Amino acid sequence: MYNPLPDKVPFWLDPKKRAIMYQIAFLGMVGLLAYYLVSNTLINLQKQSIATGFGFLHKESSFEIGESLIPYSAAHSYGRALVVGALNTLKVAFIGIIFTIILGTIIGIARLSSNWLVSKLAAIYIEVMQGIPVLLQLFFWYAIFYETLPSPRQAVSPIEGLFLSNRGIAFTVPEAHPAHKYVLLAFFVGCGVVYLLRRWAKKRQGKTGRFFPVFRVSIGLIIGLPLITWYLAGAPTKMDLPRLVGFNFQGGMTVSPEFMALLLGLTMYTAAFVAEVVRAGIQSVSKGQKEAALSIGLRPPLVLNLVILPQALRVIIPPLTSQMLNLTKNSSLAVAIGYPDFVSVANTTINQTGQSIEGVALIMAVYLIFSLSTSAFMNWYNKKVALVER
Amino acid sequence: MEAYVQETAVEELKPPVTSVGVIGWVKSNLFNGVCNSILTIVMLFFLWKIVPPLFQWAFIDSVWNTTGAVCRDASGACWSIIAKNMRFIIFGFFPNELQWRPSLAMLFLFGLLFFSRDRKYWSKYLGYAWIVGLFVMGLLMKGGLFGLTPVEYTKWGGLPLTLLLAVFGLTAAYPLGVILALGRQSKMPAVKLLCVLYIELIRGVPLISLLFMGSFIFPLFLPEGITPNTLWRALVAIILFTAAYIAEVVRGGLQGMSCGQYEAAESIGLNYYLTMRLVILPQALKIVIPPTVSILISAFKDTSLVMIIALFDLLKTTQTRLSDPEWMGFSREAYIFIAILYFMGCFSMANYSRKLERELSTGD
Repeated sequence: MYNPLPDKVPFWLDPKKRAIMYQIAFLGMVGLLAYYLVSNTLINLQKQSIATGFGFLHKESSFEIGESLIPYSAAHSYGRALVVGALNTLKVAFIGIIFTIILGTIIGIARLSSNWLVSKLAAIYIEVMQGIPVLLQLFFWYAIFYETLPSPRQAVSPIEGLFLSNRGIAFTVPEAHPAHKYVLLAFFVGCGVVYLLRRWAKKRQGKTGRFFPVFRVSIGLIIGLPLITWYLAGAPTKMDLPRLVGFNFQGGMTVSPEFMALLLGLTMYTAAFVAEVVRAGIQSVSKGQKEAALSIGLRPPLVLNLVILPQALRVIIPPLTSQMLNLTKNSSLAVAIGYPDFVSVANTTINQTGQSIEGVALIMAVYLIFSLSTSAFMNWYNKKVALVER
Repeated sequence: MEAYVQETAVEELKPPVTSVGVIGWVKSNLFNGVCNSILTIVMLFFLWKIVPPLFQWAFIDSVWNTTGAVCRDASGACWSIIAKNMRFIIFGFFPNELQWRPSLAMLFLFGLLFFSRDRKYWSKYLGYAWIVGLFVMGLLMKGGLFGLTPVEYTKWGGLPLTLLLAVFGLTAAYPLGVILALGRQSKMPAVKLLCVLYIELIRGVPLISLLFMGSFIFPLFLPEGITPNTLWRALVAIILFTAAYIAEVVRGGLQGMSCGQYEAAESIGLNYYLTMRLVILPQALKIVIPPTVSILISAFKDTSLVMIIALFDLLKTTQTRLSDPEWMGFSREAYIFIAILYFMGCFSMANYSRKLERELSTGD
C-alpha cells in the first residue's frame, strides 16, 4: 500500500512540534528582553538609591489640590491625594459623557436633517471638531475663560445669582437642608418602582394583552415622588447666593475655569465623533423597517420605540462606548490646563517622590480598570441585544 | 367628418417658477414643512448674530503686522502675534540661518505626499522614494553629514517636529502593528496571548501615560550611561501606542479575508510566510487603507501631546510666545492660527481617505 508520508516525520518538519518550538523560542526572547530591562532598571534604581514599593502612598503629600469631592488637605497622604484625583477624573468623565451623548445625538440627527442649512452646519461642526487636536481645544477654551472673562470684582452677571469671572462660574444653589436627603431618596425610590412597574407591565401585556401607560406613570413617579417629599418636609425654598468676599466668591456653587474648559473641550470634541456614530446607526436601519412597522398599524412613537431604536442602538452602542472611553482617556489631558485629575495628581506625586515606576503603573492601572470594566459591560450588553439567529 | 390632427407640436410648458431654480431649491431644502421653516429661520438668526461680529473682529477691526502695544488698543483680532512670531512658531529654536533645512525637509515631505496621492504612482519605486526621502529629511534636520552643521535635538521644534513625529512614528509603527495583528491571529497560544495582552493594554491607557513612561521610566530601562533624549523617548511612546491601534485595524482586514484564500494558498504549497506575504497581506492591507489614514490623522493630532513632556512642538512654540509679556493675552488669535494649520492637515487627509474609499469600493 502506498503511504505518502514516511513512517517517522523528523520533528523539525512536524507542524505541531515546530509550533511548540517556535513558541518556546518566542517566549525565551520576550523573557530575555524582560530580564534585560528589569535588571537594568534594578541597577539604575540602586544607583539612584530610589526605594521601590508603594510605601510612599502613606506619606504626607504636602501639596494642595484645587478642587476635591472628598475632604482633603496637604496634611493627608499621597494615597488620599490620588483618590481625590481619580474622583475628579470620574466626575469630569461622567458629566462629560452625559453632555456628549446629548450634544452628539442632536448633531447626528441634524446631520441627517432634510433641512440643507442644518445639515451643512452639522457637517461643518463635525469636520472642524475632528480636525483640531483636543489638547489645542482645551487650551483654547481655557484661554477664553481665563483671558476674556473679567476678575471676580467685575464679574458678569447675565441673570440674577449667576456670576461669570476668570475664577470660574458661581451660581445659586438651594441652601443645605435635611429635606434634600429625603428628596434624593424619594427620587431613587421612584426610579426603583418604575423599573419594577415596567417589568410587571410588560409581563402582563405579554400574558393578557392589556396595555398599561407605563411612560406617563413613570414620569409621574420620578418627578412626583420627590416633589411630594419636598412639600411634606416643609418646602424649603431658601437659596444660597454667591457673594463677593475679598477677591473671590463665597457661598453658592463655584465651578473652576479649568473644569469648565476641560468639560467644554472634551464634550465638543467627542460629540463630533458621537454624531458620526449616531448618524451611521440611524442610517443602518433600512427605510422598509419603518414602512413595515407603520403598515401593521403601529403608531409613530411605538415605531420608534419598538422597531427603529432597538435596531439602531445595536449598531450605535459599541462604537459609542469606545467614544466614551476615549473621552475618559482624553480627560487625562487635564494635566496640561491644571485641572487636578488622576494623571495630574500622579504627575505631582512622581515629581515629589521620584517613584516614577509606581506612579506610571498606577496611572495605567486606573485607566485599565476603567477600560476593562467598560468592555466587560459592553460584552454583556452585546450578548443581550445580539440577534438570536435560529 | 374631418379628423382632427394636431399639426404643430404643443408648446412645452416649463415647470412653475417656484419648483425650479433658486426658489425651488430653497423651497425644497430650507422651507419644506413648518418645522423646517422655523428651524431655518432660527439658524439664520443665529448666523446673523454670530457671523458679522466675528467677521468684523477677524478682518475689519483686526491688526496684522504691528507691535504688541498697538494690539492692545485695537478692538479686533491681533494677527500681529502670528506675523511677528511666525519664524519661532514654525521652527522653534532651530538656528535662524539654518532654517532652510527644515523648510526643505518639509517640502520633500509634501512632495512625497503629493505623489503618493495618486494610486497610479503606487509602486516599488515610490516605496524606495519614501525611504530615501525619510533619510534625507532626517539628515536635513540633524546635519552632521555632507558638510551640514549638526543641530542638537533640543533645538528642533515647531511644525517640522510635529510632522516628523507623525511621519516617523507612523512609519515605524506600521510594520510593528502588522506583526502584532498577525500575532493576534496566530494559532500559537503563547504568541497570541502576548499580542492580545499588548494590544489591549496599550489601547486601554491614554497616550499621556505612555509619554510619561517614556520620559520617566524609559531611561531606567537602559544600561547606565545611555540616556536617550526626549525626542527619542516621545517617538518610542508614540510608536508603541500607534502600533496597537494599527494592529487592530489590520486585524479587521485579516478577518475580512475568506477562508478560501488561506486554503488556496495552502493547497498550492505555500508556507506561512509566503501565504501572508503573497496572498493575505496584499489583500488585507488594501482593504484597510482608509482606516489606516484615520489612524494617521489621529497620530498627527496626538503629536500635540508631546508638549506635556516639554518637547517644543507646534503647540508649545506658540505657548512659549504667549508667555512673552509683549504678546500675553492674545491666545485666541494664536490658537486659531495653529488650529487652522492642524485642520488643513487633518481635513485634507480625511478627504483623501474618503476619495480612496470610493475608489477602492467600486474596484471589485
